[in-house]
Amino acid sequence: MSTAPSLLVEDVAFAYPDGHQALFGVDLRIEPGERVALLGPNGAGKTTLVLHLNGILRPGRGSISVAGLPVTKQNLREIRSRVGIVFQDPDDQLFMPTVGEDVAFGPRNLGLPEAEVAARVATALEQVGMGGYADRPPHHLSFGQRRRVAVATVLSMHPEILVLDEPSSNLDPAGRRELAEVLESLPVTLLMVTHDLPYAMQLCPRSVVLDAGAVVADAGTRELLADQQLLAAHRLELPYGFDPTRT
Amino acid sequence: MGARHGGALSARYVAGTSPVHRLAPQVKLVAVLAYALVVVATPVHAGWAPWAYAGYLLAVLAAAAVAGVRPGRLAAGLVVETPFVVFALLLPFVTRGPRVEVLGLSLSESGLQTGGALLAKATLSVLAATVLAATTEPRELMHGLERLRLPSALVQILGFMIRYVDVVSGELHRMRVARESRAFDGRRRGALRVVGAAAGALFIRSYERGERVHLAMLSRGYTGRLPRGPVAAVPSRDWLTGLSLPLAAGAVLATGMLLG
Repeated sequence: MSTAPSLLVEDVAFAYPDGHQALFGVDLRIEPGERVALLGPNGAGKTTLVLHLNGILRPGRGSISVAGLPVTKQNLREIRSRVGIVFQDPDDQLFMPTVGEDVAFGPRNLGLPEAEVAARVATALEQVGMGGYADRPPHHLSFGQRRRVAVATVLSMHPEILVLDEPSSNLDPAGRRELAEVLESLPVTLLMVTHDLPYAMQLCPRSVVLDAGAVVADAGTRELLADQQLLAAHRLELPYGFDPTRT
Repeated sequence: MGARHGGALSARYVAGTSPVHRLAPQVKLVAVLAYALVVVATPVHAGWAPWAYAGYLLAVLAAAAVAGVRPGRLAAGLVVETPFVVFALLLPFVTRGPRVEVLGLSLSESGLQTGGALLAKATLSVLAATVLAATTEPRELMHGLERLRLPSALVQILGFMIRYVDVVSGELHRMRVARESRAFDGRRRGALRVVGAAAGALFIRSYERGERVHLAMLSRGYTGRLPRGPVAAVPSRDWLTGLSLPLAAGAVLATGMLLG
């Protein structure tokens, strides 16, 4: 092994304090530059797994490392700069009064000098096609624009891996396409949690299915979506008329 | 989208480039506070008090004129004063002491004085605050408070209020539309229970949103302090410009004290 994988999850199990066991030994390895979709029905443990990746939740068993660095309490600051999580509701992600201050929030927490912060903010907003919006308050933006700004808020931290929770939810078709173009253009490793199977197919060559707290499938997105039995067994459904073998 | 364009809070702001707009927010905050203190410090029963009020009014109107805040905007700002007005109007009726006849009503003389002074002082202070709100964006006010060393937790709470007031009022609006779409009538008996339940639901939603926001903050390296951007020092000339309002008011007060 020459370079460490972007993300290495080994045998991670987790139970919530109320006793509900959400993960039962999850294994996942993502190489640098890969784009992977994490699929699964509601309640499968997808969000729980995502919150483990940057150490918000700590596994009861097993270990996680990001680009070779284990997720431990001592490494938390470095880990949170390496794992950029974009949450589902951009109104949760964008809490500062202006877009620019929000994109600067992460870099400033990393203690970067102000000139570097300004450069990163400009670049990140440019990357998501929102240059020139730095002084706008988030509530003036459309939903699709807010979602793209939310992506910029973690890009400015130069993450090793970008983790998106339901990136296509609530977007109109144009917003969907614009976000897909942005995500495809980014030179980072990508893990995308979604129910939107066509979107997974469009963006991610590889998919992993999580159900009842365990990985039940890990394969190329096209072949995985063509496996009707597998989909049916895990409450995944393709939209009407969508044929994965033809697109 | 539930939020109106511009949002509920920034609706008070009138964009512009006047000298007042360009002053640093902390200067304006200090100026308005000092002005209000001078106004409040004016003795109620002094014979020259009405002249002093007129002087203060002139000073604040001059500031409004420089800032380009129109009279209509100033009048709209006075709406928050309504409870004071009601209280001030009651005073002449309920205060004891020597009475005077006004339009056939028997009113207390000291009540009239106290009520009038209360009204004048409240109006003047609100006018100054209106000029501040009309020339300073909410987030700038927040930065100003931060630079005046208000505890960081309070500034953060204010900041989140500014950011989320439109999100929460949008939620409230959608809940009301959903209620009314199912033939809910707010005037019917028992309606209060429904509205109460909605308020509870809104509280829980906001609480949960708070948790999600906190999670998103932690994920980007938040450690309990909001990182600050570059802080520019305020030139002393700006302090002088800003403080000319309370200084003018102070001069009026001093003149009254000395001559009256």
